[in-house]
Amino acid sequence: MWMGRMWPVAAERQLVQRVRWFWWADLLVLLLLGVVTTGLAVVGAHWLAPRQSAVSISLSLSSLPLYTLYSFSRMLLAYLLSLSFAIVYGRLAASGPTLEHILIPILDVLQGIPILSFLPGVVLALVALFPHRNLGAELAAIVLIFTSQSWNLAFSLYQSMVTIPNELREAAEILQLSRWQRFTRLELPFAMVPLLWNSIMSWAGGWFFLMAAEQFTLGERTFLLPGLGAYLSVAANKGNFSALTAGLITLVILIIALDHMVWRPLVAWADRFKVEEVAGTPRESRVGFAWLRRSFILLGLHHALERSFVEPVDRWLDRAFGFPRVASFPKQEQVPARGRWFWVVSILASAVILLALIVQNAAGLALARIPISAWERIVRAAGLSLLRVMLTVSFGALWTVPVGAAIGFNRRLAGMVQPWVQTLASIPATALFPAIVLVLLRLPGGLQVAGILLMALGTHWYILFNVIAGVRAIPNDLSEVVAITRLTGWQRWRLLTLPAVFPYLVTGLITAAGGAWNATIVAEYVTFRGQVYDAGGLGALIARSAETGDYRTLIAATMVMATIVVGLNRALWRRLYRFATERYRLEK
Amino acid sequence: MLGTSVLRTPNKGAVLLEARGITKLYDANGDHVVVLDNVSLELCDGEVVALLGPSGSGKSTLLRIIAGLVAPSRGEVRVHGEVLRGVNPLVGMVFQSFALFPWLTVLENVELGLLRKDLPKNERRARALTALEMVGLGGFEHAYPRELSGGMKQRVGFARALVAEPELLLLDEPFSSLDVLTAENLRRDLLDLWLTGRIPTRAIVLVTHNIDEAVYLADRLIIFSANPGRIRAELPGLPLAQRLQKSQATHDMVDLLYRLLTDPQEDVQRLIPQARVVQAPAHPSYQVLPCVGVGELTGFVERIAQGGGYEDVFELARELQLTADQLLPLIEATRLLGLCAIVEGDVLLTDTGKAFVKADVRKRKEHFRKLVWEHVDLIREIVHLLQDTPDLRQTEDELLKRLEVHYRSAEARRQLATAIEWGRYAELFAYDEQERLLYLDQEHDVSNLEDSQQFNA
Repeated sequence: MWMGRMWPVAAERQLVQRVRWFWWADLLVLLLLGVVTTGLAVVGAHWLAPRQSAVSISLSLSSLPLYTLYSFSRMLLAYLLSLSFAIVYGRLAASGPTLEHILIPILDVLQGIPILSFLPGVVLALVALFPHRNLGAELAAIVLIFTSQSWNLAFSLYQSMVTIPNELREAAEILQLSRWQRFTRLELPFAMVPLLWNSIMSWAGGWFFLMAAEQFTLGERTFLLPGLGAYLSVAANKGNFSALTAGLITLVILIIALDHMVWRPLVAWADRFKVEEVAGTPRESRVGFAWLRRSFILLGLHHALERSFVEPVDRWLDRAFGFPRVASFPKQEQVPARGRWFWVVSILASAVILLALIVQNAAGLALARIPISAWERIVRAAGLSLLRVMLTVSFGALWTVPVGAAIGFNRRLAGMVQPWVQTLASIPATALFPAIVLVLLRLPGGLQVAGILLMALGTHWYILFNVIAGVRAIPNDLSEVVAITRLTGWQRWRLLTLPAVFPYLVTGLITAAGGAWNATIVAEYVTFRGQVYDAGGLGALIARSAETGDYRTLIAATMVMATIVVGLNRALWRRLYRFATERYRLEK
Repeated sequence: MLGTSVLRTPNKGAVLLEARGITKLYDANGDHVVVLDNVSLELCDGEVVALLGPSGSGKSTLLRIIAGLVAPSRGEVRVHGEVLRGVNPLVGMVFQSFALFPWLTVLENVELGLLRKDLPKNERRARALTALEMVGLGGFEHAYPRELSGGMKQRVGFARALVAEPELLLLDEPFSSLDVLTAENLRRDLLDLWLTGRIPTRAIVLVTHNIDEAVYLADRLIIFSANPGRIRAELPGLPLAQRLQKSQATHDMVDLLYRLLTDPQEDVQRLIPQARVVQAPAHPSYQVLPCVGVGELTGFVERIAQGGGYEDVFELARELQLTADQLLPLIEATRLLGLCAIVEGDVLLTDTGKAFVKADVRKRKEHFRKLVWEHVDLIREIVHLLQDTPDLRQTEDELLKRLEVHYRSAEARRQLATAIEWGRYAELFAYDEQERLLYLDQEHDVSNLEDSQQFNA
């Protein structure tokens, strides 16, 4: 074999580890390092470059790699920002009932606010901060993507923190782990699996709003950031079909590559963080980065980094945040341990409260000046959007249940169809919007119909996936009972399929409804070839008022939307979910 | 094998830890539920102490108070004379569910036990490896917990607890989630480590439901009684040689302890003269329902009938492979309903019990209905409460609130769940799980039962 021989390595313990060394692995690592460094240099240069008044997007194929790099770096930075935010926020929310009662409702509301509502504040602040460099607009785009990625991450982290099994907590206490050690050895690993799944969702959300984050108008000023999103919308606006197709293919390739080379190996790797005790060895990922372990350079780098960086940093952080080593009784003692952590918390809390007060006053002032007629308009728009969202969701339930059942019951069909469905679903619907709009706007109904279709495109996958999963989860013995008792047709649907799928369907519907509300801002209001198409509705109202700089309407419409989303969640979806899981759960 | 080089002799040494006047109250809706009632305990150098008792007797809570995981409501724990505040720095603990961190390798899990000491990495690693060798897991250091069997997992649990060389080793039912043979093997190895002095641990406290285990391991046995938790008796363990050989004396001791535990009112000193009575068990002002399903209960009575109407408790536990905490509630339930009686350590089928076994399924249900109505206070109270409400219904939460005056909320839930199962089976009331509602309708006419009760009185 040409792959080389076994080399003994002294690694991390006194035992000698044998590593199978592949020379091409080292070559690949070197190449990768080169690519990453170059990428960093290019992106950095772009960021620090002076701001140009008019950016033109080149539609030539040769500019696509650079645009892809720009978009990807934005997404990556936004995700890292979201992750850091989620970890701090989730940890704080789980650290005590007082903070929990403040932070979780705030998160609830934030989830209901669409990305464009953050636009004016974020853009004005950041562009004002760096008036002469690209940095301001770039940071604004990143923060906008952040607002579509971070809330579910924070929720997932908080959920994990409060569900750590009691015996593991007790073990950490008996072992007298410091807070830092407890966080890094227990809490964060415990949160890992849900965090990973939510990260995948967050990236999908980020791609969905990439176009909105790379091209936006604020009053008189139009911002166009070089990137894939801008490329796609410019191509669509100019009616350049070949460029549109090329951009779409690039985006799909990027997303699929990320899925195969990052997410799937990560999911396989994260298997070890599952707490439920199942026998069997952890599955090593055979795809993606398994070859990395064959590289000498990386192995050396890993050990050097661990010894000279990770361990000292761990020790240092342990000293900084680790107190108190001798813990006092956690729940019963009245005197709180006033360490540095306490001050961090109180400063953060007062900052949040101060900010909330300022925002509330400003918003209150703004709202007070909105005439009654404008409120009427907002409420009518809200009704229209509500109708659209509900139509989208029920339409989704109607077609996905039979189709999902057909796929789910037929193993061969499922094997063939599933990869295609997954690939299709990974394409952010917004990227397809221009192409669809091009066709649909000519049809009767215009954006009124097209809007619903656009929303469906972004949300029906969730329902379909869940229905298929539900059908696959039907225990075999139940199917056999149905077969033996010769139930067919409608009876089979009524007695087996529908009840078994129902909890999964509800989960899918909830996700879809949330997605549909968020999608209203891009589906109800489309600028195309210099012409504005407005289907009416709350999303259109928000998009238009953000674009024209009508901040009072923007704030009012946003508040109405957040209220509706939170209200619907509490009044309808949560109840439906509880009902579904209690009544129709198939116990194992 | 054991016995060749026993270095440690069970001589009581200096007091290591002293728990004095420990009372633990749990707060439910502002009502205090007493879990531990004025309990005192001393732990001395060189002894293995077993805490034994029915569930709900607070032994696990006492262990957690000694560990400093839970603060006592009254009383104090002194470690070498110093009042304990916070987690006890001198203890290691082994958990029932192992409590290993699944994302860390075996070695890293053991190293967790040393993180509190600021050791250099190599030193930490070397000590953890030594601990793993000691529990017989050398060669598994880079495995993840999920790759190991239950017994091996618990060995990691022991290594993690022992690696920091704690003065006191606390064991919270460490063998109860293992199968019989694995548990036996691990117990033997633990005793071996202890007796040969290969671990510097100076005392071991073991919480267990398993009477055989307690007799086998302990130099001193503490027997608890429940509701509220009190120390009923304290007795010296058997001499080591007898325990190791599993002699007749061991057998007799286990038998005696079964008899003691099956009957809370049994005179301790009459049964075991060497025992010291510590606190009188409480006579609860309310009846505590043993949490047993109707099916189990019927099966148990049928089993007694097959054996000719009586059976030795100890033998029964052997045969059915039940530990004390599984067997005792069954005995208690059948006694409560008057189906069985306990005489000199034997379970005896009463006449009612015989009639019950002979009856067919439908008749049995009638018997059960009558017995439950006569003997179970909680179910009778529920029915009367339902009768007194205008629409003949009550929510589960309302009933729980009433029960939480006497029980911690988890126990209250268990009590109500048992009452609902029995009451539903007896058709004394109906239950809607969706709405969490108990209600009466026409089928639940209890007037004939009320008459018979008055007649009996």
